[in-house]
Amino acid sequence: MKTNGKIYRISGPVVIISGLNTSMFDVVKVGNEGLMGEVIGIEGDKSTVQVYEETSGIRPGEPVENTGMPLSVELGPGLLESIYDGIQRPLPVLKTKMGDFIKRGVFADGLSREKQWDFVPTAKKGDKVKGGDIIGTVQETQNIEHRIMVPPDMSGTIEEIKKGKFKVDEVVCTLSGGKKLTMMQKWPVRKPRPVGKKLTPNKPLITGQRILDGLFPVAKGGTAAIPGPFGSGKTVTQQQLAKWSDTEIVVYIGCGERGNEMADVLNEFPELEDPKTGRPLMERTVLIANTSNMPVAAREASVYTGITIAEYYRDMGYDVSLMADSTSRWAEAMREISSRLEEMPGEEGYPAYLAARLSEFYERSGRVQSLCGKEGSITVIGAVSPPGGDFSEPITQNTLRIVKVFWALDAKLAQRRHFPAINWLNSYSLYTKALGDWYKENVSPEWQKLRDDAMELLQKESELQEIVQLVGSDALPEDQQLTLEIARMIREYFLQQNAYHEVDTFCPMDKQFKLLKSITKWGNMAQSALEGGVQIEDIMKSKTKDDLAKVKFEKDFDTALGVILKSMDEEFKSLGGK
Amino acid sequence: MTKEYKTIREIAGPLIFVEKTDPVGYNELVNITLPDGSTKRGQVLDTSEDIVVVQVFEGAGGLNRDSKVKFTGETIKLPVSKNLLGRILSGSGEPLDGGPRIVPEDRLDITGAAINPYARLPPKEFIQTGISTIDGMNTLVRGQKLPIFSGSGLPHNEIALQIARQAKVRGSDEQFAVVFAAMGITNEEAQYFMRDFERTGALERAVVFLNLANDPAVERLITPRLALTAAEYLAYEHDMHVLVILTDITNYCEALRQMGAAREEVPGRRGYPGYMYTDLASLYERAGVIKGRKGSVTQFSILSMPGDDITHPIPDLSGYITEGQIVISRELHRKGIYPPINVLPSLSRLMNSGIGATRTREDHKAVSDQLYAAYAEGKDLRGLVAIVGKDALSDRDKKFLEFADMFEDRFVRQGVDENRDIETTLDLGWELLASLPEAQLTRIDNKYIQKYHPAHKGKK
Ligand SMILES: Nc1ncnc2c1ncn2[C@@H]1O[C@H](COP(=O)(O)OP(=O)(O)OP(=O)(O)O)[C@@H](O)[C@H]1O
Ligand SMILES: [Mg+2]
Repeated sequence: MKTNGKIYRISGPVVIISGLNTSMFDVVKVGNEGLMGEVIGIEGDKSTVQVYEETSGIRPGEPVENTGMPLSVELGPGLLESIYDGIQRPLPVLKTKMGDFIKRGVFADGLSREKQWDFVPTAKKGDKVKGGDIIGTVQETQNIEHRIMVPPDMSGTIEEIKKGKFKVDEVVCTLSGGKKLTMMQKWPVRKPRPVGKKLTPNKPLITGQRILDGLFPVAKGGTAAIPGPFGSGKTVTQQQLAKWSDTEIVVYIGCGERGNEMADVLNEFPELEDPKTGRPLMERTVLIANTSNMPVAAREASVYTGITIAEYYRDMGYDVSLMADSTSRWAEAMREISSRLEEMPGEEGYPAYLAARLSEFYERSGRVQSLCGKEGSITVIGAVSPPGGDFSEPITQNTLRIVKVFWALDAKLAQRRHFPAINWLNSYSLYTKALGDWYKENVSPEWQKLRDDAMELLQKESELQEIVQLVGSDALPEDQQLTLEIARMIREYFLQQNAYHEVDTFCPMDKQFKLLKSITKWGNMAQSALEGGVQIEDIMKSKTKDDLAKVKFEKDFDTALGVILKSMDEEFKSLGGK
Repeated sequence: MTKEYKTIREIAGPLIFVEKTDPVGYNELVNITLPDGSTKRGQVLDTSEDIVVVQVFEGAGGLNRDSKVKFTGETIKLPVSKNLLGRILSGSGEPLDGGPRIVPEDRLDITGAAINPYARLPPKEFIQTGISTIDGMNTLVRGQKLPIFSGSGLPHNEIALQIARQAKVRGSDEQFAVVFAAMGITNEEAQYFMRDFERTGALERAVVFLNLANDPAVERLITPRLALTAAEYLAYEHDMHVLVILTDITNYCEALRQMGAAREEVPGRRGYPGYMYTDLASLYERAGVIKGRKGSVTQFSILSMPGDDITHPIPDLSGYITEGQIVISRELHRKGIYPPINVLPSLSRLMNSGIGATRTREDHKAVSDQLYAAYAEGKDLRGLVAIVGKDALSDRDKKFLEFADMFEDRFVRQGVDENRDIETTLDLGWELLASLPEAQLTRIDNKYIQKYHPAHKGKK
């Protein structure tokens, strides 16, 4: 297509073009090298474009072409185990095409055009199908069956459906009117994929992290934010979630963060086993890496690329979890572009539409009945990086207005190496009630009370700590000293969880329950002993108390705990008291 | 072939606005000739059919409308060759040592492309710096970016130099090449570094870029990029392990702020540009190890925290990008402790992959965790003692209080030339921990207590 479009002005990632007919969000090819960009503003015969690649050396007057397509991702078999940049270019392909450093002007398909997949039809000739219906399957990885769906905006009667090995862009099905379906569909990233209906989340996302599952659970299909200053544990927590969450699919977006962290994930995930299936974690994972030094416009897009891929698997009927680390960098990318556009700045220079963008993004989470009638969900967990660790800034505040779970990271805890450094007094989950039944049925009827008691004790502790700060702990009455000790046990033995410990990195629900129950049991026995006249010093010397400290690290937890519980009874018997 | 223009329309701070040009490329290098024949260099910040905005590195002093502007048609490049080693160059890459111009093997764009994350190898090779608080508790690994957060008047230069002298990867004779870039530091400070490089013979293996306090601030925006380009070249083309020391990042950020103001941008937090995170990342992220290449780039930069405030945008944004930070404490410095490194807010995020049985010693992680916990507790108790007096403490608490003092005095404190190997550091840690009741060592596995605790060590 010949056009008269040309570059008028270049200022970093923002390029103004003239003489080209465009619509908002059209993808355009900018300059002699055809750099990919997206129209983000139109005024008169000039359009403003954010360019996804480096613009050094580009000159006014160079040609611009309109593809006429909005920024889209390719959806189909081959997404899993991939690592993409913010605009779905596979990083391994970029490496092959341009070496170890990311240069520009290279196009790469999101899905391989070479690879063949075994398509097994599940619909047959004559079937009436509509958008979202499943017409066949492909075994994408050993445990994930990729369900090939009719694109949302299509329907008809199947005239022909094939079986066998095909590439993603080969026709596998023809509908009435000659509409052809391949295993791949494209979807514009800024537009949510349609669903049948939204359902209320009712199951927890089990993460194997005690403070999360135990105290502040997020529901499958829910939203959570994890704000914290640098070095407090956002990334470690997000990676723990990506590793151990009990969803079938994980989308992990490294948005404006470190290259080495992504290299780490790439290194580790193929080695680690999914606790549920025993298969390498990578087989259920899609990674998006647009690190801090990669172009900011592509960083802005990365979050949309990720959520669209998540929606696609949700539509097949899967539970998907999506981690975005960090949403602050995404917001900053918006701010950077916005300021180049000389838009009216809002709070702290962020564009006025910041809040709207954030809520539109989180709104794409949810538990749904998909168009084909299957149930699926997307749980969205966003890291937030507040400047100076101050939660009163716009991104944290706007996010907290939207999400239902708040995991507040605390620099003081991190400095003390209390990990995860999630503050148990400030954090909350608005799902605790809704999930109560699930815990009752699947963990134990005692669970709720154990949890509430633990929370109450921690609350009590913080009040007592204020007194201790003034008078020292020895001045407290003995029962309060004991309260402090039990609270300490809950903090150190239960809440602390080392992500790098080979055993403790993941803690199944059953183990969480037993551990908390045993600590509570010790506490109750200690209290009765104290009331029965046993000296506090003797209680504090309890050996089973020290044993409880380390039991979480045991490979054979149940046996080890059994031994401790037995000696606990004996120990308290021998302490006497009435 | 490239035309010269005499069409400067406006000069504002370090910026000039040139009109009626042929198409000029974004980020292009610009040469400017003043009426008196002297020259300056600049870079295109904004380009359009009507007007081109150029930032002038040497500042706009002496510029006027009669100055001639020539667009070179290419972005800024650094001529590189192995002969860079041993050289002292200006903040814009001109020889300062009276030596010959570099005969280039290549000319590299100084912006540097991002390393494809897929091409990165996660850093994991332990670098022994010989400093206990670093090796023992904030371990540095090859390819890491770990800055020193310091403050004015604190001995960060001494520490950086001690590390440059002592750093090595155990079991290998490979030396580090050092790339040193000064940004806006005083001549005296620069001389301090140069003397030490000369004294220890390090200069032969160093490339030095000097932009001093009296050099133009705008130049500071390219100095670190020249340095990192040299570092990448030595690392990836000549298989060297390069330690990059950039000092002082704060001066760099001030220059960035100044440029933002000159361009009348909407400022971000405390007047620094909204894109400072991205800009700093384009420096810090140029550390790393690449699969299949032998060399590496490790960054150990110095940053002075304005007002000793770690939440100030400069340390704050840096901390969000780097892989940890070594925090220097004024309090320890006042107590006369060198190196005054406060381990509590310090952190090395890559520590876990650089330590352990095969890299340092099996008990490393546990000892480090226990030292942290015990020191943190001891320090808290100091606060309490100030209010209620020492007598109100339990025996257990008194032990922790004493531990904190011993820790500072023996573990933190060491000589400027004292090079402790990792075993010495860990054994010292055990010695201090042995002053606490054994039951309090909850972070250490019993098997390590049996093996390394002075009370059990060597016994069956
Ligand atoms: N659960 C955990 N177990 C053990 N260590 C942890 C845990 N969480 C955090 N850490 C420690 O804290 C360090 C910093 O954590 P992390 O990198 O996740 O911080 P962050 O909040 O993502 O910081 P930034 O905003 O700078 O990216 C880690 O390198 C690790 O040493
Ligand atoms: Mg992080």
